[in-house]
Amino acid sequence: MMKLWFKSGKPWIWLNAAAVSTCLIMVVGLLGLITVRGVGHFWPAQVGQYSYEADNGKQEIIFGEKVDATVTSLAAAKSAGYKMAENEDALIQYQLKTGNRDVTGADFRWIQARRVKEENYPTNMMVIERREWGNFYGQLLELKENNTVIASGEQALPIVQEKLADALIMFKTINTLEKKEIGAVNYGLERLRLEEKKLALENHLDTEAKQRIAAQKTDYDLKYKQYQTQLAELYQKIRQHTLVAKTESGASVTIPLAKVVRVYQPNAMGLFDKIGHYGVKVREFLTDEPREANTEGGIFPAIFGTVLMVLIMSVIVTPFGVVAAVYLREYAKQGFVTRLIRIAVNNLAGVPSVVYGVFGLGFFVYILGGHIDTLFFPEAAPAPVFGTPGLMWASITLALLTLPVVIVSTEEGLARIPKSIREGSLALGATKFETLWLTVLPMASPAIMTGLILAVARAAGEVAPLMLVGVVKLAPTLPLDGNFPFLHLDRKFMHLGFHIYDVGFQSPNVEAARPLVYATALLLVLVIISLNLAAIVIRNNLREKYRALEG
Amino acid sequence: MSDINAQKKKSSMQKSDRDIHERWRLLKDSIAGYGVILGGLSVIVAVVLIFFYLLYVVFPLFLPASADSTSQYAVPEATQGKTVLLDMEEQNKVAVRFTDTGQVIFFDVATGKTLLNQKVAIPDGVQITSFSQASPVSENTVVYGLSNGQVIIVKHQYKISYVNDARVITPELFYPSGEQALILDDTGAALEKIAVATGDNATTIVAKTANSTQGLGKIRLTHFEKETSLFSEENKLTRSDAVLDMPAAGIEAILIDRNKTSLFLVGSDGRLSVFDISDKTNPLLKQHQNVVESGQKITRVAFLNGDLSLMIGESNGLVSQWSMVRNKLNRSALQKIRSFKVSDKAVVAIQTEQRRKGFVTIDADGVMGIYSSTAERELVKKSVGETLPVAAALSPRANALLVQLDNGKINLWNVKNEHPEVSLASIWQEVWYESYPKPDYIWQSSSASSDFEPKFSLTPLVFGTLKAAFYSMLVAMPLALMGAIYTAYFMAPRMRQYVKPTIELMGALPTVILGFLAGLWLAPFVEEHLAGLFFLIMTVPLGVMIFAYAWQYLPRSLYEKIPEGWDAAFLIPVILFSGWLAFALAPSLELLLFHGSMREWFKAELGIGYDQRNALIVGIAMGFAVIPTMFSIAEDAIFSVPKHLTVGSLALGATTWQTMTKVVLLTASPGIFSAVMIGLGRAVGETMIVLMATGNTPVMDLSIFQGLRTLAANIAVEMPESEVDSTHYRVLFLAALVLFTFTFVFNTLAEVIRQRLREKYSSL
Repeated sequence: MMKLWFKSGKPWIWLNAAAVSTCLIMVVGLLGLITVRGVGHFWPAQVGQYSYEADNGKQEIIFGEKVDATVTSLAAAKSAGYKMAENEDALIQYQLKTGNRDVTGADFRWIQARRVKEENYPTNMMVIERREWGNFYGQLLELKENNTVIASGEQALPIVQEKLADALIMFKTINTLEKKEIGAVNYGLERLRLEEKKLALENHLDTEAKQRIAAQKTDYDLKYKQYQTQLAELYQKIRQHTLVAKTESGASVTIPLAKVVRVYQPNAMGLFDKIGHYGVKVREFLTDEPREANTEGGIFPAIFGTVLMVLIMSVIVTPFGVVAAVYLREYAKQGFVTRLIRIAVNNLAGVPSVVYGVFGLGFFVYILGGHIDTLFFPEAAPAPVFGTPGLMWASITLALLTLPVVIVSTEEGLARIPKSIREGSLALGATKFETLWLTVLPMASPAIMTGLILAVARAAGEVAPLMLVGVVKLAPTLPLDGNFPFLHLDRKFMHLGFHIYDVGFQSPNVEAARPLVYATALLLVLVIISLNLAAIVIRNNLREKYRALEG
Repeated sequence: MSDINAQKKKSSMQKSDRDIHERWRLLKDSIAGYGVILGGLSVIVAVVLIFFYLLYVVFPLFLPASADSTSQYAVPEATQGKTVLLDMEEQNKVAVRFTDTGQVIFFDVATGKTLLNQKVAIPDGVQITSFSQASPVSENTVVYGLSNGQVIIVKHQYKISYVNDARVITPELFYPSGEQALILDDTGAALEKIAVATGDNATTIVAKTANSTQGLGKIRLTHFEKETSLFSEENKLTRSDAVLDMPAAGIEAILIDRNKTSLFLVGSDGRLSVFDISDKTNPLLKQHQNVVESGQKITRVAFLNGDLSLMIGESNGLVSQWSMVRNKLNRSALQKIRSFKVSDKAVVAIQTEQRRKGFVTIDADGVMGIYSSTAERELVKKSVGETLPVAAALSPRANALLVQLDNGKINLWNVKNEHPEVSLASIWQEVWYESYPKPDYIWQSSSASSDFEPKFSLTPLVFGTLKAAFYSMLVAMPLALMGAIYTAYFMAPRMRQYVKPTIELMGALPTVILGFLAGLWLAPFVEEHLAGLFFLIMTVPLGVMIFAYAWQYLPRSLYEKIPEGWDAAFLIPVILFSGWLAFALAPSLELLLFHGSMREWFKAELGIGYDQRNALIVGIAMGFAVIPTMFSIAEDAIFSVPKHLTVGSLALGATTWQTMTKVVLLTASPGIFSAVMIGLGRAVGETMIVLMATGNTPVMDLSIFQGLRTLAANIAVEMPESEVDSTHYRVLFLAALVLFTFTFVFNTLAEVIRQRLREKYSSL
């Protein structure tokens, strides 16, 4: 029976089916994992108060959120050196996020479940998100204004929130002043310096020019002083308020409101409060700048950098890809040359992306960029302008990398257009170019679109070449701002994919940053999957359309 | 009339307008045609450009060095004594000639014009009996041994100043231990041979004294240590003396290494004695050994940069490199690690480079050779003159060479030697590096110390690349190909419509996310549940088989209702359950079979260590990345096998499985092959996954539980830090070129096969 069954080949078919199922489970499991971990990060977790018996038998109180739990079997726990009682069959451990890095030196702590004597969730437990030292967990004691207590105990919280709102507004103003206004002044001064140097290099630096430059300089200096006084005032004001809170060990910690981002009591929140909090956190994640070496705050600069780079890349890759595809389908005689081109296209698609990075760095950055610098920016020497990795080179490198995607997709689209349409156009007297331009390409435009979307999806997820040609972990300024010429192609930028790598693997506090990395990964996956789905939908619609045409 | 004329004119104007328009249209058409052709060909240009640019950067690595004589002039102040040492400062502007009369002549390198002529402060009535360069050579210190048992240490140094934006180099002499001669031998015996090692706070001098009325000559070791007192500015000089337990007769040369721990005595009989002088009061003889072939003599000895090995030149033109090597007993001993046959004549000069492991030899015929020791390359061989060379100096940057000949002339040679440390052999074969116990493949490109020798062996990286690719193919190939077979041939079309895009979507996932999950989630998970993973490989197929067997015993009525081709969907819960079972049973099975922990068992029983980020993790993660590519191409190939072939086979009575294996797979095999090739190409070049999921240690270890470093990850790690046009930079480009070539071969092969297959199908 068994033998016969094997002979029929059925088991092998089942095994093959199992391979497909496994692949599906892997894909769905992976997406599920990222989603669960990424989505959960922003939800305000309960903060517990644990009475814990430490190794030496001492009792202590620990505040923290549970982030992870492990169950170790009896044998494994024994071999790892834990003393286990006879009636225990497993060792349960929790990882707590205890925060207060400035007090305890670590953000996380593992505790054993069996040693927890008491566990409760007091509603007055307060979480403070800070700009430095990570989260603070504790209980509010009092609020001070210029070192005099103005509120204390539980009643202080509404006042804290009120003062914090003011402080946040001030902080925002300070930030705009420092980044935007003073940044513009500095940028202007730098441009003046370069202009002066350039004029000197060209021997055009006469007294008139000198006077003009000096006048502008004094202008800027004046502005700068003005901003400085404004800043000093604001700083003085924002530093007025400090709050005092009690940590788990009972020590009181003073935290200036200027360093606080958010104060909340998760245990006291209702469901709707939590949803509201969640929304605020998601918005912060999407629109804010990163804090604390990228481990907290938002990822806006990375999103911005990715989008801008992809846009510039699209502008470059589309014409080249379409022209190459048109040549392959419409102009070339199918033969040796087209075979060669197809091989070249496949190779372009198959060459490891890091090789593109190496090529981009060597050829674009050092050779092309170096020459551009000596020709057009002699005044900036020895500082490189385009002779260093930057946005433009990254876009061009990725355009080269995604070229095959556009070519293949466009070619497929061109192939689907029935011959009769071209022949009709030619028969009416149109030239080949007119046929192409007025009938073929418009019909193929969804295919071109598909190719472009796929190229964008590829570029958004690519990291290895970008590491070499212009992505940095933290860019001080966005490549697009209010200073002439607005789009700074020479600037370095941040990128979602690189952000994941950097924060996940090179950050000083990987443990604390991990939830943020999951959230970033989720965002990137969502973007890429929706781009791909869009491409698939467009492609399917296109197929339907031509099927109708052929019929 | 005029009206008609006007009309005619108008129409002719219209005609010419239209003409122009026509011509413009045609012009546009042809311009567009050329533009499109140009655009199409530019794709080829891009590929060729990438290849040739990589080649262009790599090429200088393998170019030989060059040396050209740029000027020749008479020896400056030739009357003031014979040259005992020539030396040059870093900028190659000022050179110095030390004479046997204690005269120091600084001169212009290019013209030979004397810049400064000074006499070393030698006491009256005393002769110079010995002279040597201090170790390390880059300190520019020399020592004179005198006939009254005293020594003088002199340093030649160069001050750089800028006058009117022009660089001016001013040479001067400096006495680090004072102008007063140091008394080395109390009895006043002449110092016949001398060697010194200097440092910031200590100086070690070893001298051979002449036979005198007081007794036979001895070898003395004197050590000065400067102790800076905490409270006063005063420096206290402590001195220790020792006499080596060794007859002084026949000692030709003395060398001390820069750490002042080893002393080498070269005997006229070709024997080398090595002393451990870590304890300055108690020098110990460690080794006494013949280092030349019988009948030959040692003609020159010099330290290679770093003072870790000695280059010993012989009278038969052989230069051998001897280095301290640890043997099996963990005792280090001087051992010959390689030798160069530089000439048939005696080696009269060996000049070593100050920043690399290169050296220059000159033989008795005046033939100069430039060599790189570790790369075992002869870079230049040239005659520097007919007459016997007297002295030679290599500049600190090793880009200029001064040679003084017997005919009273000095020749300046311009040396261009950019990348001596790399050769095909040093990149691909085992190299015996200094102080390593045996030749090995090593990639170690940078370090903090300045006399560090970069080790560029691509072999461990290529090994790591292939290892990662192998394990990922091991994961991906069965899943992707079997999945493709099922999806293309057995699956219900409705299900296929969803399954194929889903799996292809897998390929669109950024590898950085796969790498991140592999490194931060999968690696710790597998470390903890290693046994579960191994049981999974067994339980899942078993579970599927049991389910499949049970399936045919389903009640007939139910069996018929279930549509065909949805097996994969039914299997999902089965696989999930058997997978869960594997992990649930793992702890107890582990206890039963492996005494508690599989990892520990591997380590204790088989001696296999476990890295958290290892080849297994890479295999799974990269397998995941490769599956969609392979699946998609293989599925296409199988799906497009012409229907009449399969229908024919089935009509002849073959089962579906027989049709599959005997007809479909055979026909589609080129397509499947090309799928594997492309998958392999992707696995070889993948960067982010290996970067994040392995420890990036360039080790050569086949174990699945050890880390690795691939070519691509190596480029990503080191490229941003390498200096442009340095050897390291070019070697990284070589790594990129190797990757390019790898994938080029795979992809071209795959594409050619696919093109053939397409033609075949269309003809069927």
